Amino acid sequence: MSSSKPAFMEWLDQRLPVTNAYEKHLSKYYAPRNLNFWWVFGLLATLIFVNQILTGIWLTMSYVPSAEEAFRSVEYIMRDVQSGWLIRYMHSTGASAFFVVVYLHMFRGIMYGSYQKPRELIWIFGCLIYLLLMAEGFMGYVLPWGQMSYWGAQVIISLFGAIPVIGDGLAEWIRGDFLISGITLNRFFALHVIALPLVLALLVVLHILALHEVGSNNPDGIDIKKHKDEYGRPLDGIPFHPYYTLGKLPMIIIFLMVFTGVIFFFPEAGGYFLEYANFEPANTLKTPDNIHPVWYFGAYYAILRAVDFSLFFIDAKLLGVMLMGAAIALLFILPWLDRSPVRSWRYKGIYSKVAIVVFAISFAILSWLGIQPATALNNALAKLFSVLYFAFFLLMPFYTKYEKTKPVPERVPE
Amino acid sequence: MTQDGVNKGRRRFLYVATGTMGSIAAVGVATPFVKSWFPSERAKAIGAPISVDIGTLEPGEMRIAEWRGKPIFIVRRTAEAVARLESDELVGRLADPDSRQSIQPGYAQNTARSISPDLLVIEGVCTHLGCAPQYRPNVEPQPYNENWLGGFFCPCHGSQFDMSGRVYRNMPAPTNLVVPPHVIAGTVVTIGEEAS
Repeated sequence: MSSSKPAFMEWLDQRLPVTNAYEKHLSKYYAPRNLNFWWVFGLLATLIFVNQILTGIWLTMSYVPSAEEAFRSVEYIMRDVQSGWLIRYMHSTGASAFFVVVYLHMFRGIMYGSYQKPRELIWIFGCLIYLLLMAEGFMGYVLPWGQMSYWGAQVIISLFGAIPVIGDGLAEWIRGDFLISGITLNRFFALHVIALPLVLALLVVLHILALHEVGSNNPDGIDIKKHKDEYGRPLDGIPFHPYYTLGKLPMIIIFLMVFTGVIFFFPEAGGYFLEYANFEPANTLKTPDNIHPVWYFGAYYAILRAVDFSLFFIDAKLLGVMLMGAAIALLFILPWLDRSPVRSWRYKGIYSKVAIVVFAISFAILSWLGIQPATALNNALAKLFSVLYFAFFLLMPFYTKYEKTKPVPERVPE
Repeated sequence: MTQDGVNKGRRRFLYVATGTMGSIAAVGVATPFVKSWFPSERAKAIGAPISVDIGTLEPGEMRIAEWRGKPIFIVRRTAEAVARLESDELVGRLADPDSRQSIQPGYAQNTARSISPDLLVIEGVCTHLGCAPQYRPNVEPQPYNENWLGGFFCPCHGSQFDMSGRVYRNMPAPTNLVVPPHVIAGTVVTIGEEAS
């Protein structure tokens, strides 16, 4: 502690660890000096989270959560509320942007082995955030009470009905009615604006606290804490603030340019961010022709839809739901599937590199297939890429163990 | 802190007793929160039978009524469509042609799944994930089935059903569409009521 601290800071620090926290998490948090642009997405996700909370609070000021008024109140926000359209587009575009950066953030973790020991807990907190984010996105999509809101909710909640014995009762309990209705809408509103954001905020804190306990990974997967100077500072580390906060500023500005560009010129993104079927009020008697989820659920939806066969005593409906659940659950155990002695794919063998690329392509194609109509060809493709998706995880213990890896340098290469 | 003179047995008993009572209290507190999510009395009350006059329903035409928030499909089938229900070409492609695994009143557990063969009354709720299937009565090749014999197609996940709501083999939907309890009196169909 320097003695030249202003008297007020002295007073404050004796009562609240302000300087201490600032140093621990910003000015004396040593991040590896070789972080590349893939390390910006966590920061961007935080930025979007703030955007969602802020615009969300403002939207609740004009939105009415009831089956009779919801659709009309969204139109009211779009047409009559001053700047209402802007706040709503910031929120709806923010939802898609959230998933874009979270997917890139997760892919970063897969490429560079950021989930490996000792960062398993960071990864699991991250997976939980992703899971809650999906619930948050889904419930938010129900709120405008358009055709896609209604039928999307019908399909997703019916998934619970596939669980043997308790399924139908559970789906009914979640809906609070025999089919999706205004009762469901009201509770989804409560969960979307209060319950889930609170838990999400808590998980984000845990995610960052766990990260700052073990330190950031880097593109070479080197443990920078092994080599420290006489003051205990990692030789290959630089303070997070100002180097990365200000250093990432250009990336943040580029992101904001794209983000605002979409908001102002392309808010529906051709029907991918806001689906056209949702501009029609919910009609409980007619399902839209091509019902599909928003793009960020496409991959899991494609896996669900690919299952049109039963296996042993499990019927196709339950099997589809189980595989969809497994596709997400496998992410959680990734740290224990990877048996490689190295973290980064830079030093992993050819099998891992191919597997990661095939996985990324499979996920992208499945996401696309999930929002296409259910034709025979699409179904066959969905089956193929679902197999590749699962193969990435299920074969990982073998290809990471038996492949030849390159030696990892002790220090960050120049 | 010194542990001398501590009655460990009593301390353990107090821990367990406090923990147990606390857990029981937690379950008690959770009960109203869990219960409040079940369908309310009002939601349960909205379920009265509905009547539809089908005097003007032409052969091949479908009308949609609403009962308990679900679409109910009422179809007047043509004679050809009724005859086709028993054809080997169709029956061999169905998962449950005799409706053994499916839900329907006893009087509708037959090939036509109806009281009167020409009149189909069925819930328009896909047994897969609850979408409303589309009515595709014409016998003509479809993108999803080159040898389409007429019936219902679910746009959500591509489940196919025949003209009496029986599901084809290897579809996401596990069972045939549900037939609701109904009675036919003259030209009036009442859904939600059993014949007494």
